[in-house]
Amino acid sequence: MFRYLPLMLKNSLRNRRRSVLTIFSIAASLCLLGVMFALYRGLFLAPPTPGQELRLVTHHKVSITQPIPAYFGDKIRQVPGVREAMIWQWFGGTYKDARDQKNFFARFCVEPDKFFKVRPEIVMPEDQKQTFLHLRTAAIASSDLVERMNWKIGEKIFLTGDIFQANPELTLVGVFNDPNTSETLFFSNAYLREMLGAKSAQQDLVGTFQVQVENVDAVPRVIKAIDDMFANSQFPTKSESEQAFGLQFISFLGNIKLYLMSICAAVTFTILLVSANTMAMSVRERIREVGILKTLGYTPGAILFIILGEAGVISIVGGSLGMVFAMGLTSLVRRGPSFMQAMKTLAITPDVGAICIALAVFIGVVSSTIPALTAARTPILESLRSNA
Amino acid sequence: MAIPLAYNIRNLAVRKTTTLMTALGIALTVSVLVAVLALVNGLRTAFHTTANPLNVLVMRKGATAELSGGMQRSVFEDLKSKPGIARAADGHPIASLELVTVINLPSVEKPEGMNITLRGITPVGLEIREHVKIADGRWFRQGMREVVVGKSVAKRYPDAGLGKKLRFGRGEWEVVGVMDAGQSANSSEIFCDLNQMGGDFNRYDGLSSALVRATDAVSVDALVNSINDDRRLLSTARTEQSYMDAQTVSAAPIEYLGVFVSIIMAVGSSFAAMNTMYAAVARRAKEVGTLRVLGFSRSSILTSFFFESLVLSLIGGALGCALVLPLNNVTTGIMSFQSFSEIAFNFRVGPEAMAIGVTFALIMGAIGGLFPARAAAKKEILVALRDG
Repeated sequence: MFRYLPLMLKNSLRNRRRSVLTIFSIAASLCLLGVMFALYRGLFLAPPTPGQELRLVTHHKVSITQPIPAYFGDKIRQVPGVREAMIWQWFGGTYKDARDQKNFFARFCVEPDKFFKVRPEIVMPEDQKQTFLHLRTAAIASSDLVERMNWKIGEKIFLTGDIFQANPELTLVGVFNDPNTSETLFFSNAYLREMLGAKSAQQDLVGTFQVQVENVDAVPRVIKAIDDMFANSQFPTKSESEQAFGLQFISFLGNIKLYLMSICAAVTFTILLVSANTMAMSVRERIREVGILKTLGYTPGAILFIILGEAGVISIVGGSLGMVFAMGLTSLVRRGPSFMQAMKTLAITPDVGAICIALAVFIGVVSSTIPALTAARTPILESLRSNA
Repeated sequence: MAIPLAYNIRNLAVRKTTTLMTALGIALTVSVLVAVLALVNGLRTAFHTTANPLNVLVMRKGATAELSGGMQRSVFEDLKSKPGIARAADGHPIASLELVTVINLPSVEKPEGMNITLRGITPVGLEIREHVKIADGRWFRQGMREVVVGKSVAKRYPDAGLGKKLRFGRGEWEVVGVMDAGQSANSSEIFCDLNQMGGDFNRYDGLSSALVRATDAVSVDALVNSINDDRRLLSTARTEQSYMDAQTVSAAPIEYLGVFVSIIMAVGSSFAAMNTMYAAVARRAKEVGTLRVLGFSRSSILTSFFFESLVLSLIGGALGCALVLPLNNVTTGIMSFQSFSEIAFNFRVGPEAMAIGVTFALIMGAIGGLFPARAAAKKEILVALRDG
C-alpha cells in the first residue's frame, strides 16, 4: 500500500502551482465548513454548561414581553425541589448615546440576596458581594463588559429607561466572572420598583423568574409543577431550561438550521467541483505517463489507487490548512462583539476538525474517481499515442 | 489589434466540462450572496410598504418600540388636537390610539408556537391604513370578541383560519375576516377592537402608541418636532417610515453571516478559476505562439485571456442567479426584535440583487484571470511554439 506514497507525493508536486491553488481553494471552503459546523454544534448540540442544567426560566406562556406578578416568586419557592427563585427582569434602557452600538449591553434587575444562590457559578470577591447586597443603588458587571467600557469600581452608571419610566443612577461595586454571562450589568430590582412608585402599573409585575432546582432529576417534575400551578390563573406560565430559553432567541432569526445546512451543502458541492476539476486536468495532462507506467507493469488497480491517493493527499493538506484558518477565524469571532452566547465560545473542537478533514478526504477521493477510472481504463497504446 | 471574443467563447465551449465545473463553483458562491440579498430585500420591502410617509408614530418619551409604547388616553386626547394633524371629511382628526401586544399560536413550521402581533384599534385605525383591505369575510365589530387576521397569518397558522376561534386574553375570539395588506408587515398581524382587547389584557389606560396623519408632506417634520417639544405630552414622535425601516436590523445577523460566507467562498472560487485559466493557458501555449507570429501583440493576448476569464465568471454569475430564482416570492418568517413577533415576508430576487451577484462573479473572474493572462502574454514566441 504505502510503497506508492512517494509516487503520490511526487505527482501532487508535479504541477506545483495547480496543487497550491487547489489546496487554497479547498482550504477556503473547508474553513467555512468548519466554522459553520462549529456554529451548529455550539447552537444546537452543545451540552448545558455547568450551572445551566439546574436553572430554569419561568415566564408568561405567550411571550417574555408579557409580565407576570412578582408574588409568583413566593409560590414557586414552595414547589418541592426548588432551591431558590429570583426575579429576573430585563431593564433595557439606554446608556449614554443609544445610537452608538458600543453602548449596548444587557441590563437586568435581580434580587441581590438570592442572586448568588440562583447563579452559584458566579465568581466575585466576598466584599463586593456584601456591598451589592447592602447598597441599594449598587450594580455589578461581568468582567468582559467592565474591560470593554473601561470602567472602574465606584464608576457612576446612569441609565435611561425605555420600557420602564425610571432612570437609575447606579454605582459599580463589583466585577464578576461567569462562563454563562457576557456583557451584562445587574442591579437591584427593589431599586427599580422604588423608582417606579406605587402608582405604576408595572410595579408588581416582572418579566421572568430564574429558578434553581435542587437536582437534575427533579427538573422535569419542577417544570410541570410550576406551569400546572399557574395554568388556570390569569397569567399562565411557561418554564424551560435556561439553555432552551436561550435557543428561543436564535429562532428569532428564522430557520437558522436550514440556513446553515444550505450553506454547508453549497460549500461541500463547491469542494467537490474544485477537486474533480483539478484531478481531471491533472489526469488529462499525464495520460501518456500513465501509459508508460502501464508498460512498466503497473496494474490498472495500482494506477487507480495512485490517482485517488493523490487526490487524498491534496484534500488532507487543504483540509488541514482550512482547519487552521477556521481556528484563526473563530478566535477572531470570540473576541468580536457578542451577539449571542454561542459566539463567545465558538471554537473548532477536535470532533468538528476531524469530521471536516474526513469529509474533505472523502469528497476528494469520490470526486476523482471518474478521472482516475478513465486513466486506469485507457488502453496502453491509446495513452502512449495521446499528445495532450 | 484585438483577438475576437468568439475565439474565447469557442475555447470555453470546447472544454465544456472544465468550464461548467468552474462556472458552477462560481455560481454557488453567487447564489449564496444573492439569496441573502433577496431575504434582506424582502424584509425591507415588508417594513417599507407598511409605512405611509405622512404617518407619524407617537409613544411615551424614551420608548423605542410599540410593545412598550406606554401611550396614555389623557395624553392622546391632548395629542389629537395638535395643529398639523389631518382631518377626515366629517372633521374628526385622523389619529389612531392603539394597543399592541403579542399572542402565541402554533404554526406549520413551529408546532410549539410563534408570537404574532395583536393590534387593538378603533375605526380610525383602519382609516389611517389605506393599504389594508378585507380579503375574505368582514371586519370585526366594535365591542365584539372578533378578530381579523392578516393573510400571512391565515396561511401560516392553521388555527387562525376564517371561522376558527382563538384563545387569548380572557376567552375565545372568533376570526371573522382575513385582511390583505399586500407585502406589508400588517399582513403578519391580527387586528381587533381596542376597548375589548384593553379589557382582556387589563390595559384600560396604559396603551401602546398613537398613529397620526400629517396634513401634507411638508408638515410632517413640523408635526414631529412640535410633538417632541411639547412638554405637556412627554412623548416621542417619529415618522412611521423611520420606525419601520429601523426594524430591518432584525435581519442584520443573517446579512452579516451571508456576506461573510460568500466572501470566503469567493476566495475559494477565485483560486479555482485561476486554476482553470492557468490550465487553459498551458494547453494553448502553441496557439498563443501562433497568435503572436500572426502579429497579435502581447497586450491583445493579455486582454483575450482576461476576457475569457470574465466570460467564464459571467456564465457562473448568470447560473448563480438562475439557481436562486426559484426562491423568488417564497414566503419565510423572521422574528422582529422590536415587536417580538413573527413577520412573514417574501424573498425578493430583484434586479439589484442580481446585478450585485453578477458583479461579484466578475470580480472573482477578474482576480482569477489576471495572473494566468499575464503568464500567457509573457510567453516568448519560440518557447511557446516549441513547448506546446
